Amino acid sequence: MSTAPETPTFAEFDQTVIKPQTPMQRFASDFMESKLAVIGLLTFLVILCLALLAPFISPQNPYDLMQLDIMNGKLAPGEQDMMGDITFWLGTDDQGRDLLSGIFFGLRISLFVGAMSAFLALFLGGGVGLFAAYMGGKWDTFLMRLVDLQLSFPAILIALVLLAVLGQGVDKIIIALVVTQWAYFARTIRSSALVERGKEYIEAAHCLALSRNRVMFTHLLPNCLPPLIVVVTMRVAYAIALEATLSFLGMGLPVTEPSLGLLISNGFEYMLSGRYWISFFPGLALLVTIVSINLVGDHLRDILNPRLQK
Amino acid sequence: MNQGTPTLEVKNLRTYFFTKAGVVRAVDDVSFTVGKGEVLGLVGESGSGKSVTGFSIMGLVDPPGRVVEGEINFNGQNLVTMPEGGWRDLRGNKVAMIFQDPMMTLNPVLRIDTQMMEAITAHDKSIGKEAVRQRCRDALGQVGIPSPDERLKSYPHQFSGGMRQRVAIAIALLNKPDLIIADEPTTALDVTIQAQILFEAQKLAQDTGTSLIWITHDLTVVAGLADKICVMYAGKLVEEGLIDDVLDDPMHPYTRGLIGSVPSHNKRGEPLYQIPGMTPSLIKLPPGCAFRDRCEKAVEGCAEAPPTTTPKEGRVVRCHYPHMGETT
Amino acid sequence: MNENTNNNRLVEIEGVSKRFVKSLDFAGKIAQKLGANIREEVVRAVDDANIYINRGEVVGLVGESGCGKSTLGRMVAGIMKPTEGIVRYDGKDIYKLEGNEARDTALKTQMIFQDPFASLNPRMRMQDIIGEAAVVHGICTRQNFDEHVDMVLDRCGLDPEFKRRYPHQFSGGQRQRIGIARALSVNPECIVCDESVAALDVSIQAQILNLFMKLREELDLTYLFISHDIGVVEHISDRIIIMYLGRVVESGTTDEIFASPNHPYTQVLLREVPSLETRHHQFKPVDGEIPSPIDPPSGCYFHPRCPHATDRCKQENPKLRDIAPGRTSACHLNDG
Repeated sequence: MSTAPETPTFAEFDQTVIKPQTPMQRFASDFMESKLAVIGLLTFLVILCLALLAPFISPQNPYDLMQLDIMNGKLAPGEQDMMGDITFWLGTDDQGRDLLSGIFFGLRISLFVGAMSAFLALFLGGGVGLFAAYMGGKWDTFLMRLVDLQLSFPAILIALVLLAVLGQGVDKIIIALVVTQWAYFARTIRSSALVERGKEYIEAAHCLALSRNRVMFTHLLPNCLPPLIVVVTMRVAYAIALEATLSFLGMGLPVTEPSLGLLISNGFEYMLSGRYWISFFPGLALLVTIVSINLVGDHLRDILNPRLQK
Repeated sequence: MNQGTPTLEVKNLRTYFFTKAGVVRAVDDVSFTVGKGEVLGLVGESGSGKSVTGFSIMGLVDPPGRVVEGEINFNGQNLVTMPEGGWRDLRGNKVAMIFQDPMMTLNPVLRIDTQMMEAITAHDKSIGKEAVRQRCRDALGQVGIPSPDERLKSYPHQFSGGMRQRVAIAIALLNKPDLIIADEPTTALDVTIQAQILFEAQKLAQDTGTSLIWITHDLTVVAGLADKICVMYAGKLVEEGLIDDVLDDPMHPYTRGLIGSVPSHNKRGEPLYQIPGMTPSLIKLPPGCAFRDRCEKAVEGCAEAPPTTTPKEGRVVRCHYPHMGETT
Repeated sequence: MNENTNNNRLVEIEGVSKRFVKSLDFAGKIAQKLGANIREEVVRAVDDANIYINRGEVVGLVGESGCGKSTLGRMVAGIMKPTEGIVRYDGKDIYKLEGNEARDTALKTQMIFQDPFASLNPRMRMQDIIGEAAVVHGICTRQNFDEHVDMVLDRCGLDPEFKRRYPHQFSGGQRQRIGIARALSVNPECIVCDESVAALDVSIQAQILNLFMKLREELDLTYLFISHDIGVVEHISDRIIIMYLGRVVESGTTDEIFASPNHPYTQVLLREVPSLETRHHQFKPVDGEIPSPIDPPSGCYFHPRCPHATDRCKQENPKLRDIAPGRTSACHLNDG
């Protein structure tokens, strides 16, 4: 019996050639597979642009007390001020601050604080975790007990105590957030490093008499990065939320540099009296930011998970 | 051995995977039969399609793959056209599969007795609890596991690898299937444990008339166990015949190469016979014979797809120039 | 035949043991003090091993799971310190060396691993995997890096065109070649192959084994070839050492071991190896399971499964003794 003739539909597939891909290209093509994640990424990029360009695109500078006029307070979305030269697209808060501008600048602060603290925590915690995993033994035990200790306290509690001691300000908030977050990174990178350390290519590196530092940074670290990328992404979102919470409670950034949390807090008392927009729009902005980051992080976790890889 | 309807008859089976990078012809026009109590060795290396053949027979091929053509006649019934409900009756009941990793069969969080009893009651709810337990005990005894009562209460992690595989085989045996497909069941096991499992498998085929398809890349295991052998390469069946015929007088160049590569077949210390090159990517198969690039006898004519012929009684080979006559 | 003169011995293992201890954590220690019946788990991966490897020899090390052959291989390769005993390379105790001497000796013993996927750094290009150590240790310079890597690739049958590719773009057999190239790149004298062909298809396995034999000729290498596949070990080795549950039970030349295995375990092992010639073989199973290394039997570890076991075997561990020149075995049945 001879082989049946090829059906036409298969023919066009036959000519495809697999191009050699670098790990980066493979990663990018895997990422594009999830529409949600791509939407999340695009949304985040839009928010990032808005935040970066805030000084140029805001109708009003909400930090400049001279520009505020209390007579403009609590105006509904779409209304104009008395002189008719600014339209408050999202309304104003009780101080007469344009909410749209407030949100742009608030996003700016929130993103900056969130990202900065997450990355600083990454360096600090990552270094500790990598060292603990590589050294093993007593060092590992000691450092991990420290991590356990820190993680057993609620993050908000630690942050509040620190801020009460340090006072207000952007740099103080970042310090507080780093202290609450480094332990999480330490633990993640340590478990990843422990898995990698058992792999044969690390044994091969020892066989080749490579120095300890070389093995840690050239061999171990790059292979521990995938789970870290996920963690960093999720922690930026968490840091943003944490900062908003602190500001909401009045312990965060000063009143003159409102972040999203403070804007939400300001409008809280007006929620039931019909002037919903003062809390609602900053809250919505916060929500969209956090969700878009989480969508990206979620999909990253799936594609970087070796057990799910086909 | 082959009396009456064969237990399994595979005709022109094609299973393709439709991936982003192209169509993978994992199983491409494969045909063979397995009679009652017969042991068929399905031999091939990675990428040959032997495992996918086993999965196709069990109906376990998931998208992006599917069976595109062919018949799989099990006791006369064509499995390809059977609806999903029919599969649930057959699997674990009349047809069972054993995998290379016993943890693919065993649930790590359930006790052995729970899993075994579940396998029985899923197909027959009328048996009483005590009778079910007895069947489990008997099955464990059948695979040579001592003190079955104690073992029934244990969890999979409390067993060694060899024991787990035997439990997996016991589960396959519970409902007295007509056909068992074993996919590399002893590859990860030690020699002495492998010997135990081969012993059980052999006893099974001889005593109960169960048909066995033993999928492996290890020719030496197949030599001792199988009655018939099918050799696969790049998705195609390249040679088939009785075990003695094929191993003593291989006709396809790939089979000859495979036999030649086995260390015990070569003189100690001498370079081993090696087949040059590598298995081709199933997406980028060359036209004509897939073995062409690695074959020492390849000529111009091999650019045409080779025909499947039966040059001798009971022998099937897919080659333009099969080796005829005595082995050199 | 190889002369067992001591100055011909490249590697010598004297009384080497390796124990892995899973110590109790704080809670466990308290429980123990309160009288709970838990102890530390001690795995005797290798128990009092004495072996040697002559220059230019291929010594095959066989055994089943839990026999400790991989652990022993790692101790020879210099990447695992023994709990007891001495590992000598060229007469020197390798775990007591320091500085440059330690480094030079470490480079002389290299290891080739089992898993072609896990043994290469997935984020390094092939040329870096192979050339990194050579550059770091000054075996080649940045200038003649390419030349050095090309030479090693050529030796191992790899195409230099793919130098800049990553491991995931190669097949299993090619990856194993990259592992071999990495070892060769530092000019070793002795190579420990830990199940290096176990994960490969038969036809690729033949290619890699031939490569091993070719390199032995060309570069005058010495091998410790660890495998559970008796057929492969028989083909490539001059001498064979058999281990069971951490102990060496027999050793001798390949011819002698296969012609007349002495230790009951060796006899069972060789009998149960399937071969192409035996057809319709009536398999005879061996009694019992391989015991767990955490809780080994008393006396001779093999006695529960040995058809010739006596009372003495249950109580006393047989010592590894010479039963003929160059032939050792650890069995009480050899005592008259």
